Amino acid sequence: MSLDHSDITKIAHLARMALDESQVDAYAEDLSNILGLVEQLEAAETDAIEPMSHPLHMAQRLRADAVTEEDCRDENQAVAPSVENGLYLVPRVIE
Amino acid sequence: MQWETVIGLEIHTQLATKSKIFSGASIAYGADPNTQACIIDLGFPGVLPVLNEAVVDMALTFGLAINAEIGPRSVFARKNYFYPDLPKGYQISQFELPIVGMGSLTIDLEDGSQKVIGITRAHLEEDAGKSLHEDFHGMSGIDLNRTGTPLLEIVSEPDMRSIKEAVAYARKIHQLVVYLGICDGNMQEGSFRVDANLSIRPFGQEAFGTRTELKNLNSFRFMERALNFELERQIDLIEGGGKVVQETRLYDADRDETRSMRSKEEANDYRYFPDPDLLPVEINDQQLQRARQNMPELPDQKRQRFESDYSLSSTDALMLTQSRQQADFFEKVVSNGGDARMAANWVTVELTGALNKAGIPLSQSPVTPEQVGGLLRRIADNTISGKLAKQVFEAMWNGEGDADKVIEAKGLKQITDSGQIETIIDEIIANNPKQVEQFRAGKDKLLGFFVGQVMKQTQGKANPGQVNKILLGKLKG
Repeated sequence: MSLDHSDITKIAHLARMALDESQVDAYAEDLSNILGLVEQLEAAETDAIEPMSHPLHMAQRLRADAVTEEDCRDENQAVAPSVENGLYLVPRVIE
Repeated sequence: MQWETVIGLEIHTQLATKSKIFSGASIAYGADPNTQACIIDLGFPGVLPVLNEAVVDMALTFGLAINAEIGPRSVFARKNYFYPDLPKGYQISQFELPIVGMGSLTIDLEDGSQKVIGITRAHLEEDAGKSLHEDFHGMSGIDLNRTGTPLLEIVSEPDMRSIKEAVAYARKIHQLVVYLGICDGNMQEGSFRVDANLSIRPFGQEAFGTRTELKNLNSFRFMERALNFELERQIDLIEGGGKVVQETRLYDADRDETRSMRSKEEANDYRYFPDPDLLPVEINDQQLQRARQNMPELPDQKRQRFESDYSLSSTDALMLTQSRQQADFFEKVVSNGGDARMAANWVTVELTGALNKAGIPLSQSPVTPEQVGGLLRRIADNTISGKLAKQVFEAMWNGEGDADKVIEAKGLKQITDSGQIETIIDEIIANNPKQVEQFRAGKDKLLGFFVGQVMKQTQGKANPGQVNKILLGKLKG
C-alpha cells in the first residue's frame, strides 16, 4: 500500500503537524516504505493465533480505593506557560 | 407519511469512588481548580496508571444487575483525540473487550406494559477536564480536577421506539445505579449524563435512518424536550426534501432547540489501540462472588416483595421503591409497629408532602421512621384519631418529640369512653331542638352538623366511629 500526497496532508492535519508542502512527497515515500514492511508481516499465518493486547502474560494489578495524592498544584503549574486563578490557560478553544 | 422513531442511549455514570480510576487523587466535587489533578492525571512523562479496585467491583455489580456477559478478560484502550482538557492526547477507555458485555433491562411503560431494552455493553473510562470559555485575555481556562474521574459508560441497543420509552429507560438506569450504590445520580453535578442517538424511518422499513447524537441532556425533562425538538426537526427536514446529516447536536435549554456542534466525519478517527501502560484485567470467580454477595435487592425484586409481603397495591409498591432510601424508611416504619398499608400511605403522602413543602430530601427528614411507627401504633390502638394524627405528625416534624410525648403534652388522647360521649351528645341534642326536628323529618345531611358539634366540644378528640354510632342511635330513637 502506498500513500499519496492527499493522505499525507490528511494525516498531518489529524496529528496537528505543520508540514511544509515541499516535505510531503518525502514523507509519502518514507511512510509507504514502512507500510510495505508491515505488509511483509501479513504473509505470516496467524489464523489460529488469538490477538494479544499486551506482550506480558500478566494481569493488571489493582490498587485500593483511597486518596493518596496531595494537592501539588503549585509545583505542577510551575512548568505551565500560563496560569490564572488556578487554571491552565491555553489558546482559545471554542466548539 | 408515518414515521417511526428509533432511539439508543449512551449514559455516562460517574462511579461513586473516593479516588480516581488510575490515580490516588480525590474526586470530591467542587474543589479549587486543579488542586485534585496529580501528575498521573496530567500525563507527566514517566507516570503509570494503576487501576482502582473499587471501579472494577462497581462495574461487575452493574453487569450482574443487568444479567450481562462478564469477562473473563477486559482490556483498556487509548482513544486518541486532541483537546486541551485532555492533556495526555488520549482518553483511557475500553474498545474491543469492555468489562460488561451484552445485557438487558426491563422498563415499565405508562400503559402498564413492559419492554426489554438491550444493553450492548458497559465500559470503564476516565473523564476529561473542563474548559472554561470565559474570556481570559483571549485564552481558555482549563480545570483538570475532573480528569481521571471514573466513568461507566452504558450503551444501549437502538431498541427504543418512542421518546417516552427512552425517558423510561434512562430513569430506570438512574434508579438502578443509585440503588446499587455505584453512582450518586446527581445530574446537576454531571454524575449522570445522557447522550441520545435519534433517527427516524418510515413505518415498516427495516434499515435505520441517519442518526444525530444529542448531548447536554442534564435532566430528564430537558432530555424529553430535546428529543421532541430533534424528532420534529428531522421529520420537517425529510418531508421538506432534505437529508439528515450525521452529526453531534447540543441541546440549548434556554432556547429549547438543538444545534449542530461538530461534524463527526473527520473527527471520528480515534485510532483506538490497547494501552501499553495497562495490562489486561482478569475477572476471577472470587471477584464475581464478592460482587454477587454485595448486591442489594434490586428495585423490581423489592417491588414484588412489597406487594406480596405487605399486601400493598402495585402503585404503592412502585412508589415506595422509587428510591432505596424511601423503601428502607417504609420498612423501618413497619418494623416499628406501623400497619403496612397505613405506613405506605403516611410515607408516600404525609411525609413526602412535608418534605416537598420544606424542599428537603428524605435523608434530612426531621421525623424518623421510629417516630412514624410510634404514631401509627397510636392510631391503630385508638389512642388518637387519624385526623389528630396529622397534628401529632406536625408537632413531631417541628421537633416536639415522639408521638406519645406530643399526645400527652397536647392532651390529644382520643375519648373512647361511651358514657362520656353520650353525655356530650345528649347535651347537644337538647340544645338544638330545631335541627333534631329537621333531621327526623328526613334532612340526613344534618348528621354532619351534629358530628361537628361533638368534635367542637371535644376539640376533635372523640372517637369518630363511636360518635357516629351513638348519634344515629339517639337521633333516630
